[in-house]
Amino acid sequence: MIEAFVLILVIIMLAAALSALLLDNLIAATASASAVSIALATIFIILRAPDVAMTEAVVGTGLSSLILVLGLKRLKLWQLDTQSDNEEVK
Amino acid sequence: MIPDISSILFSGAIGLLVIGVGGLLLSNNAYRVLLALVIAEAGANLMLVIAGYRWDAIAPILTGDFTPQPMVDPVPQAMVLTAIVIGVGVQALALTLIIRVKKAYGTLNMVEIKKRMEMDFDRLSQEANQPGKLEDNS
Amino acid sequence: MYQFASFVFLLGFLFLISVITGFLPLGEPPMLVGQVIQNNAASETGASNFVTSVVLGYRGIDTLGELSILFAAATAGSLVLSGLKQKSIESGDAGFLVKSASELFFPLLIVVGLYIVLHGHLTPGGGFQGGVILAAAFFLPLLAKPSKSINSLALGLIEGLSGAAFIIIGLIALFNEGAFLKPFFENGELGSLISSGTLPLLYIAVGLKVGAELASLLNLLNQEEVNDS
Repeated sequence: MIEAFVLILVIIMLAAALSALLLDNLIAATASASAVSIALATIFIILRAPDVAMTEAVVGTGLSSLILVLGLKRLKLWQLDTQSDNEEVK
Repeated sequence: MIPDISSILFSGAIGLLVIGVGGLLLSNNAYRVLLALVIAEAGANLMLVIAGYRWDAIAPILTGDFTPQPMVDPVPQAMVLTAIVIGVGVQALALTLIIRVKKAYGTLNMVEIKKRMEMDFDRLSQEANQPGKLEDNS
Repeated sequence: MYQFASFVFLLGFLFLISVITGFLPLGEPPMLVGQVIQNNAASETGASNFVTSVVLGYRGIDTLGELSILFAAATAGSLVLSGLKQKSIESGDAGFLVKSASELFFPLLIVVGLYIVLHGHLTPGGGFQGGVILAAAFFLPLLAKPSKSINSLALGLIEGLSGAAFIIIGLIALFNEGAFLKPFFENGELGSLISSGTLPLLYIAVGLKVGAELASLLNLLNQEEVNDS
Protein backbone atom coordinates (compact mmCIF):
# COMPACT_ATOMS: atom_id res chain seq x y z
CA MET A 1 0.00 0.00 0.00
CA ILE A 2 2.67 2.48 1.03
CA GLU A 3 4.68 1.42 -2.01
CA ALA A 4 1.90 2.52 -4.36
CA PHE A 5 1.64 5.87 -2.58
CA VAL A 6 5.40 6.46 -2.77
CA LEU A 7 5.41 5.39 -6.42
CA ILE A 8 2.72 7.93 -7.29
CA LEU A 9 4.58 10.65 -5.38
CA VAL A 10 7.87 9.87 -7.11
CA ILE A 11 6.19 9.91 -10.52
CA ILE A 12 4.58 13.28 -9.75
CA MET A 13 7.92 14.61 -8.53
CA LEU A 14 9.88 13.52 -11.58
CA ALA A 15 7.19 14.76 -13.96
CA ALA A 16 7.19 18.15 -12.25
CA ALA A 17 10.99 18.28 -12.41
CA LEU A 18 10.96 17.51 -16.13
CA SER A 19 8.25 20.05 -16.84
CA ALA A 20 10.17 22.70 -14.89
CA LEU A 21 12.91 22.35 -17.47
CA LEU A 22 10.79 21.83 -20.57
CA LEU A 23 7.83 24.21 -20.28
CA ASP A 24 8.09 27.35 -22.36
CA ASN A 25 6.26 29.52 -19.88
CA LEU A 26 8.63 30.52 -17.09
CA ILE A 27 5.80 31.12 -14.59
CA ALA A 28 4.61 27.55 -15.11
CA ALA A 29 8.20 26.32 -14.79
CA THR A 30 8.55 28.07 -11.42
CA ALA A 31 5.27 26.57 -10.23
CA SER A 32 6.52 23.12 -11.28
CA ALA A 33 9.71 23.61 -9.30
CA SER A 34 7.58 24.33 -6.26
CA ALA A 35 5.47 21.21 -6.95
CA VAL A 36 8.70 19.18 -6.75
CA SER A 37 9.16 20.58 -3.24
CA ILE A 38 5.64 19.64 -2.16
CA ALA A 39 6.03 16.03 -3.31
CA LEU A 40 9.47 15.91 -1.71
CA ALA A 41 8.10 17.15 1.63
CA THR A 42 5.50 14.37 1.60
CA ILE A 43 8.20 11.79 0.88
CA PHE A 44 10.21 13.16 3.82
CA ILE A 45 7.22 12.58 6.10
CA ILE A 46 7.02 8.97 4.91
CA LEU A 47 10.76 8.63 5.57
CA ARG A 48 10.11 9.73 9.20
CA ALA A 49 11.94 13.04 8.99
CA PRO A 50 9.34 15.55 10.22
CA ASP A 51 11.87 18.32 10.79
CA VAL A 52 13.19 18.09 7.26
CA ALA A 53 9.68 17.81 5.85
CA MET A 54 8.64 20.98 7.65
CA THR A 55 11.70 22.85 6.43
CA GLU A 56 11.19 21.67 2.88
CA ALA A 57 7.51 22.65 2.96
CA VAL A 58 8.16 26.10 4.41
CA VAL A 59 11.39 26.94 2.61
CA GLY A 60 11.20 25.04 -0.66
CA THR A 61 7.53 25.52 -1.37
CA GLY A 62 6.99 28.93 0.14
CA LEU A 63 10.07 31.08 0.36
CA SER A 64 12.01 29.73 -2.58
CA SER A 65 9.05 30.14 -4.91
CA LEU A 66 8.48 33.63 -3.55
CA ILE A 67 12.11 34.57 -4.25
CA LEU A 68 11.98 33.06 -7.74
CA VAL A 69 8.72 34.83 -8.55
CA LEU A 70 10.02 38.19 -7.34
CA GLY A 71 13.10 37.70 -9.50
CA LEU A 72 10.91 36.78 -12.47
CA LYS A 73 8.95 40.00 -12.03
CA ARG A 74 12.14 41.96 -11.79
CA LEU A 75 13.57 40.36 -14.91
CA LYS A 76 10.41 41.51 -16.73
CA LEU A 77 9.63 37.92 -17.70
CA TRP A 78 6.30 37.85 -15.87
CA GLN A 79 4.14 37.24 -18.91
CA LEU A 80 1.41 34.67 -19.29
CA ASP A 81 1.74 34.43 -23.05
CA THR A 82 5.05 33.19 -24.39
CA GLN A 83 4.12 32.76 -28.02
CA SER A 84 3.92 36.41 -28.86
CA ASP A 85 7.16 38.30 -28.45
CA ASN A 86 10.06 36.77 -26.57
CA GLU A 87 12.18 34.49 -28.68
CA GLU A 88 15.18 34.81 -26.43
CA VAL A 89 13.49 33.26 -23.42
CA LYS A 90 13.50 29.79 -24.95
CA MET B 1 3.24 -5.33 -9.83
CA ILE B 2 4.73 -2.61 -7.70
CA PRO B 3 8.51 -2.61 -7.29
CA ASP B 4 10.34 -2.58 -3.99
CA ILE B 5 10.08 0.63 -1.93
CA SER B 6 13.84 1.09 -1.75
CA SER B 7 14.21 0.98 -5.54
CA ILE B 8 11.35 3.50 -5.91
CA LEU B 9 12.95 5.93 -3.48
CA PHE B 10 16.43 5.58 -4.95
CA SER B 11 15.12 6.00 -8.48
CA GLY B 12 13.35 9.17 -7.36
CA ALA B 13 16.54 10.64 -5.91
CA ILE B 14 18.65 9.57 -8.89
CA GLY B 15 16.05 10.92 -11.29
CA LEU B 16 16.00 14.31 -9.59
CA LEU B 17 19.80 14.50 -9.58
CA VAL B 18 20.13 13.52 -13.24
CA ILE B 19 17.33 15.82 -14.38
CA GLY B 20 18.89 18.69 -12.42
CA VAL B 21 22.41 18.13 -13.74
CA GLY B 22 21.05 17.68 -17.27
CA GLY B 23 19.23 20.98 -17.00
CA LEU B 24 22.39 22.66 -15.74
CA LEU B 25 24.29 21.40 -18.77
CA LEU B 26 21.72 21.69 -21.52
CA SER B 27 19.49 24.67 -20.83
CA ASN B 28 20.18 27.88 -22.63
CA ASN B 29 18.39 30.35 -20.40
CA ALA B 30 20.06 31.63 -17.23
CA TYR B 31 16.82 31.51 -15.24
CA ARG B 32 16.25 27.89 -16.22
CA VAL B 33 19.77 27.05 -15.07
CA LEU B 34 18.74 28.36 -11.66
CA LEU B 35 15.63 26.14 -11.68
CA ALA B 36 17.80 23.15 -12.58
CA LEU B 37 20.07 23.99 -9.64
CA VAL B 38 17.03 23.96 -7.31
CA ILE B 39 15.99 20.53 -8.60
CA ALA B 40 19.48 19.05 -8.27
CA GLU B 41 19.64 20.31 -4.68
CA ALA B 42 16.34 18.62 -3.90
CA GLY B 43 17.69 15.34 -5.27
CA ALA B 44 20.84 15.55 -3.16
CA ASN B 45 18.77 16.25 -0.03
CA LEU B 46 16.52 13.27 -0.72
CA MET B 47 19.56 11.04 -1.19
CA LEU B 48 20.98 12.10 2.21
CA VAL B 49 17.72 11.49 4.05
CA ILE B 50 17.29 8.06 2.43
CA ALA B 51 20.79 7.14 3.61
CA GLY B 52 19.71 7.51 7.24
CA TYR B 53 16.40 5.68 7.00
CA ARG B 54 15.68 2.51 9.01
CA TRP B 55 12.88 0.03 8.88
CA ASP B 56 10.71 -0.28 12.00
CA ALA B 57 11.97 2.89 13.58
CA ILE B 58 10.23 6.05 14.75
CA ALA B 59 11.04 9.67 13.98
CA PRO B 60 13.91 10.98 16.15
CA ILE B 61 11.65 12.67 18.70
CA LEU B 62 10.88 11.30 22.15
CA THR B 63 7.17 11.37 22.86
CA GLY B 64 4.76 9.83 25.33
CA ASP B 65 6.51 8.37 28.34
CA PHE B 66 9.98 8.90 26.82
CA THR B 67 10.93 5.24 26.62
CA PRO B 68 13.82 4.71 24.20
CA GLN B 69 12.84 3.05 20.94
CA PRO B 70 14.78 2.41 17.73
CA MET B 71 14.94 5.65 15.82
CA VAL B 72 15.88 6.98 12.41
CA ASP B 73 19.41 8.38 12.23
CA PRO B 74 19.18 12.07 13.26
CA VAL B 75 22.56 13.19 11.89
CA PRO B 76 21.73 13.24 8.13
CA GLN B 77 18.44 14.97 8.94
CA ALA B 78 20.27 17.75 10.77
CA MET B 79 22.66 18.16 7.85
CA VAL B 80 19.80 18.33 5.35
CA LEU B 81 18.05 20.89 7.56
CA THR B 82 20.98 23.26 7.21
CA ALA B 83 21.49 22.40 3.52
CA ILE B 84 17.96 23.45 2.61
CA VAL B 85 18.31 26.87 4.25
CA ILE B 86 21.73 27.42 2.65
CA GLY B 87 20.16 26.46 -0.68
CA VAL B 88 17.71 29.34 -0.43
CA GLY B 89 20.54 31.79 0.27
CA VAL B 90 22.44 30.52 -2.77
CA GLN B 91 19.30 30.84 -4.90
CA ALA B 92 18.80 34.45 -3.87
CA LEU B 93 22.45 35.27 -4.60
CA ALA B 94 22.25 33.61 -8.03
CA LEU B 95 19.07 35.53 -8.76
CA THR B 96 20.72 38.86 -7.97
CA LEU B 97 23.60 37.93 -10.29
CA ILE B 98 21.11 37.06 -13.05
CA ILE B 99 19.35 40.40 -12.55
CA ARG B 100 22.68 42.21 -12.83
CA VAL B 101 23.67 40.31 -15.99
CA LYS B 102 20.28 41.01 -17.56
CA LYS B 103 20.75 44.69 -16.78
CA ALA B 104 24.24 44.73 -18.30
CA TYR B 105 23.71 42.67 -21.45
CA GLY B 106 19.96 42.80 -21.95
CA THR B 107 19.57 39.08 -22.55
CA LEU B 108 19.42 35.81 -20.65
CA ASN B 109 20.72 33.60 -23.44
CA MET B 110 23.84 31.88 -22.10
CA VAL B 111 25.63 31.62 -25.48
CA GLU B 112 25.05 35.29 -26.18
CA ILE B 113 26.19 36.32 -22.70
CA LYS B 114 29.34 34.24 -23.02
CA LYS B 115 30.19 35.77 -26.40
CA ARG B 116 29.67 39.33 -25.19
CA MET B 117 31.65 38.66 -22.00
CA GLU B 118 34.62 37.32 -23.97
CA MET B 119 34.51 40.39 -26.21
CA ASP B 120 34.54 42.58 -23.12
CA PHE B 121 37.45 40.69 -21.59
CA ASP B 122 39.43 40.98 -24.82
CA ARG B 123 38.78 44.70 -24.97
CA LEU B 124 39.83 45.18 -21.35
CA SER B 125 43.02 43.17 -21.74
CA GLN B 126 43.96 45.10 -24.90
CA GLU B 127 43.43 48.37 -23.08
CA ALA B 128 45.57 47.12 -20.21
CA ASN B 129 48.38 46.04 -22.56
CA GLN B 130 48.64 49.32 -24.38
CA PRO B 131 51.75 51.17 -23.17
CA GLY B 132 51.38 54.50 -21.53
CA LYS B 133 47.66 54.28 -20.88
CA LEU B 134 47.78 52.49 -17.56
CA GLU B 135 50.56 52.22 -15.04
CA ASP B 136 52.62 49.05 -15.15
CA ASN B 137 51.81 47.22 -11.95
CA SER B 138 54.06 44.20 -12.41
CA MET C 1 28.86 18.52 -30.29
CA TYR C 2 28.45 20.13 -26.90
CA GLN C 3 25.03 18.56 -26.52
CA PHE C 4 26.33 15.13 -27.47
CA ALA C 5 29.12 15.44 -24.90
CA SER C 6 26.56 16.50 -22.30
CA PHE C 7 24.42 13.46 -23.00
CA VAL C 8 27.41 11.16 -22.67
CA PHE C 9 28.33 12.82 -19.38
CA LEU C 10 24.75 12.44 -18.12
CA LEU C 11 24.72 8.74 -18.97
CA GLY C 12 28.00 8.26 -17.13
CA PHE C 13 26.68 10.23 -14.15
CA LEU C 14 23.51 8.11 -14.05
CA PHE C 15 25.56 4.91 -14.15
CA LEU C 16 27.91 6.15 -11.41
CA ILE C 17 25.13 7.13 -9.00
CA SER C 18 23.18 3.95 -9.69
CA VAL C 19 26.21 1.80 -8.90
CA ILE C 20 26.96 3.74 -5.72
CA THR C 21 23.37 3.50 -4.48
CA GLY C 22 23.26 -0.16 -5.45
CA PHE C 23 25.81 -0.87 -2.73
CA LEU C 24 24.03 1.24 -0.08
CA PRO C 25 22.03 -0.83 2.37
CA LEU C 26 18.67 0.87 2.65
CA GLY C 27 16.84 0.45 5.90
CA GLU C 28 19.68 -0.72 8.09
CA PRO C 29 22.43 1.89 8.08
CA PRO C 30 25.42 1.23 10.34
CA MET C 31 24.57 4.35 12.45
CA LEU C 32 27.76 4.48 14.51
CA VAL C 33 27.32 8.14 15.41
CA GLY C 34 23.55 8.05 15.42
CA GLN C 35 23.38 5.18 17.88
CA VAL C 36 25.60 7.02 20.39
CA ILE C 37 23.52 10.15 20.00
CA GLN C 38 20.30 8.23 20.56
CA ASN C 39 21.64 6.65 23.71
CA ASN C 40 23.06 9.84 25.22
CA ALA C 41 21.21 12.84 23.80
CA ALA C 42 18.23 12.81 26.15
CA SER C 43 20.42 12.82 29.27
CA GLU C 44 23.15 15.10 27.93
CA THR C 45 21.15 17.90 26.32
CA GLY C 46 17.67 17.35 27.71
CA ALA C 47 15.96 17.96 24.36
CA SER C 48 13.36 15.46 23.30
CA ASN C 49 13.82 16.37 19.61
CA PHE C 50 17.12 14.73 18.73
CA VAL C 51 17.52 16.67 15.49
CA THR C 52 17.61 19.85 17.56
CA SER C 53 20.22 18.43 19.88
CA VAL C 54 22.35 17.51 16.86
CA VAL C 55 21.87 20.87 15.13
CA LEU C 56 22.59 23.05 18.16
CA GLY C 57 24.42 20.79 20.58
CA TYR C 58 26.64 18.26 18.87
CA ARG C 59 27.10 20.21 15.64
CA GLY C 60 26.67 23.78 16.87
CA ILE C 61 29.68 25.14 15.01
CA ASP C 62 28.14 23.78 11.82
CA THR C 63 25.06 25.92 12.47
CA LEU C 64 27.26 28.94 13.12
CA GLY C 65 28.97 28.35 9.77
CA GLU C 66 25.59 28.04 8.09
CA LEU C 67 24.43 31.34 9.57
CA SER C 68 27.58 33.00 8.29
CA ILE C 69 27.01 31.56 4.81
CA LEU C 70 23.49 32.98 4.84
CA PHE C 71 24.85 36.33 6.00
CA ALA C 72 27.48 36.30 3.23
CA ALA C 73 24.83 35.48 0.62
CA ALA C 74 22.56 38.32 1.74
CA THR C 75 25.45 40.78 1.89
CA ALA C 76 26.74 39.76 -1.53
CA GLY C 77 23.24 40.01 -2.97
CA SER C 78 22.76 43.56 -1.78
CA LEU C 79 26.30 44.38 -2.95
CA VAL C 80 25.61 43.05 -6.46
CA LEU C 81 22.38 45.00 -6.75
CA SER C 82 23.74 48.17 -5.16
CA GLY C 83 25.18 49.34 -8.50
CA LEU C 84 21.68 49.69 -9.93
CA LYS C 85 19.55 52.67 -9.22
CA GLN C 86 16.43 51.21 -7.72
CA LYS C 87 13.26 52.35 -6.07
CA SER C 88 10.15 50.84 -4.61
CA ILE C 89 7.50 49.65 -7.01
CA GLU C 90 5.08 52.45 -7.69
CA SER C 91 2.11 50.45 -8.80
CA GLY C 92 -1.08 50.86 -6.80
CA ASP C 93 -2.30 48.74 -3.92
CA ALA C 94 -3.34 45.16 -4.42
CA GLY C 95 -6.97 44.13 -4.50
CA PHE C 96 -9.37 43.77 -1.60
CA LEU C 97 -8.71 40.05 -1.09
CA VAL C 98 -4.95 40.38 -0.71
CA LYS C 99 -5.22 43.40 1.55
CA SER C 100 -7.73 41.91 3.97
CA ALA C 101 -5.93 38.55 3.92
CA SER C 102 -2.65 40.22 4.81
CA GLU C 103 -4.27 42.02 7.73
CA LEU C 104 -5.90 38.79 8.87
CA PHE C 105 -2.85 36.56 8.56
CA PHE C 106 -0.17 38.92 9.91
CA PRO C 107 -0.82 38.26 13.65
CA LEU C 108 -1.57 34.58 13.02
CA LEU C 109 1.70 34.05 11.17
CA ILE C 110 3.68 35.82 13.88
CA VAL C 111 2.13 33.65 16.60
CA VAL C 112 2.70 30.46 14.61
CA GLY C 113 6.29 31.44 13.83
CA LEU C 114 7.10 32.20 17.48
CA TYR C 115 5.43 28.97 18.58
CA ILE C 116 7.53 26.94 16.18
CA VAL C 117 10.72 28.71 17.27
CA LEU C 118 10.00 28.27 20.99
CA HIS C 119 9.02 24.59 20.74
CA GLY C 120 12.00 23.64 18.62
CA HIS C 121 13.44 21.34 21.28
CA LEU C 122 10.17 19.47 21.86
CA THR C 123 8.40 19.11 18.53
CA PRO C 124 9.43 19.21 14.87
CA GLY C 125 10.38 22.71 13.93
CA GLY C 126 12.80 25.24 15.28
CA GLY C 127 14.66 28.37 14.43
CA PHE C 128 14.96 27.89 10.70
CA GLN C 129 11.34 27.07 9.97
CA GLY C 130 9.96 29.61 12.42
CA GLY C 131 12.34 32.26 11.11
CA VAL C 132 11.13 31.71 7.56
CA ILE C 133 7.51 32.01 8.73
CA LEU C 134 8.37 35.28 10.53
CA ALA C 135 10.00 36.62 7.36
CA ALA C 136 6.90 35.70 5.38
CA ALA C 137 4.72 37.45 7.97
CA PHE C 138 6.67 40.68 7.60
CA PHE C 139 6.62 40.39 3.82
CA LEU C 140 2.82 40.05 3.61
CA PRO C 141 2.07 43.79 4.06
CA LEU C 142 4.47 44.47 1.19
CA LEU C 143 2.38 42.26 -1.08
CA ALA C 144 -0.69 44.29 -0.18
CA LYS C 145 0.99 47.68 -0.52
CA PRO C 146 3.93 47.31 -2.94
CA SER C 147 4.93 50.94 -2.60
CA LYS C 148 6.05 50.52 1.01
CA SER C 149 9.31 48.94 2.06
CA ILE C 150 10.60 47.43 5.30
CA ASN C 151 12.93 49.49 7.46
CA SER C 152 16.25 47.93 6.52
CA LEU C 153 18.11 49.57 9.42
CA ALA C 154 15.89 47.79 11.96
CA LEU C 155 16.32 44.52 10.09
CA GLY C 156 20.09 44.89 10.12
CA LEU C 157 20.02 45.71 13.83
CA ILE C 158 17.92 42.63 14.69
CA GLU C 159 20.12 40.43 12.55
CA GLY C 160 23.38 41.70 13.99
CA LEU C 161 22.20 41.51 17.60
CA SER C 162 20.85 37.98 17.26
CA GLY C 163 24.00 36.81 15.52
CA ALA C 164 26.07 38.37 18.29
CA ALA C 165 23.85 36.69 20.89
CA PHE C 166 24.53 33.27 19.34
CA ILE C 167 28.29 33.84 19.50
CA ILE C 168 28.14 35.33 23.02
CA ILE C 169 26.26 32.30 24.35
CA GLY C 170 28.93 30.15 22.74
CA LEU C 171 31.72 32.19 24.32
CA ILE C 172 30.12 32.03 27.78
CA ALA C 173 30.00 28.26 27.38
CA LEU C 174 33.65 28.33 26.32
CA PHE C 175 34.76 30.15 29.47
CA ASN C 176 32.49 28.34 31.93
CA GLU C 177 32.31 24.82 30.56
CA GLY C 178 35.46 24.59 28.48
CA ALA C 179 33.90 24.03 25.05
CA PHE C 180 32.45 26.42 22.51
CA LEU C 181 28.64 26.27 22.33
CA LYS C 182 28.43 23.54 24.97
CA PRO C 183 24.95 23.68 26.50
CA PHE C 184 25.02 24.96 30.05
CA PHE C 185 22.23 25.65 32.60
CA GLU C 186 20.30 22.73 33.98
CA ASN C 187 18.60 20.29 31.68
CA GLY C 188 15.32 20.49 33.50
CA GLU C 189 12.48 18.05 33.11
CA LEU C 190 12.43 16.20 29.79
CA GLY C 191 9.58 17.42 27.65
CA SER C 192 8.69 20.65 29.43
CA LEU C 193 8.90 24.01 27.69
CA ILE C 194 11.69 25.44 29.83
CA SER C 195 14.24 22.66 29.62
CA SER C 196 17.36 21.52 27.81
CA GLY C 197 19.60 24.37 28.95
CA THR C 198 20.58 26.95 26.39
CA LEU C 199 19.17 25.24 23.30
CA PRO C 200 15.92 27.28 23.22
CA LEU C 201 17.91 30.52 23.61
CA LEU C 202 20.15 29.53 20.71
CA TYR C 203 17.14 28.65 18.59
CA ILE C 204 15.51 32.01 19.34
CA ALA C 205 18.69 33.74 18.15
CA VAL C 206 18.77 31.55 15.02
CA GLY C 207 15.11 32.24 14.31
CA LEU C 208 15.45 36.02 14.62
CA LYS C 209 18.58 36.03 12.49
CA VAL C 210 17.16 33.86 9.72
CA GLY C 211 13.91 35.84 9.73
CA ALA C 212 15.63 39.22 9.49
CA GLU C 213 18.06 37.96 6.86
CA LEU C 214 15.40 36.53 4.57
CA ALA C 215 13.08 39.51 5.07
CA SER C 216 15.87 41.82 3.94
CA LEU C 217 16.53 39.58 0.92
CA LEU C 218 12.84 39.67 -0.04
CA ASN C 219 12.79 43.42 0.48
CA LEU C 220 15.83 43.74 -1.79
CA LEU C 221 14.26 41.72 -4.57
CA ASN C 222 10.98 43.62 -4.32
CA GLN C 223 12.49 46.87 -5.63
CA GLU C 224 12.47 47.81 -9.27
CA GLU C 225 15.04 49.55 -11.40
CA VAL C 226 14.87 53.16 -12.49
CA ASN C 227 14.82 53.45 -16.24
CA ASP C 228 17.15 56.36 -16.85
CA SER C 229 17.80 55.64 -20.51
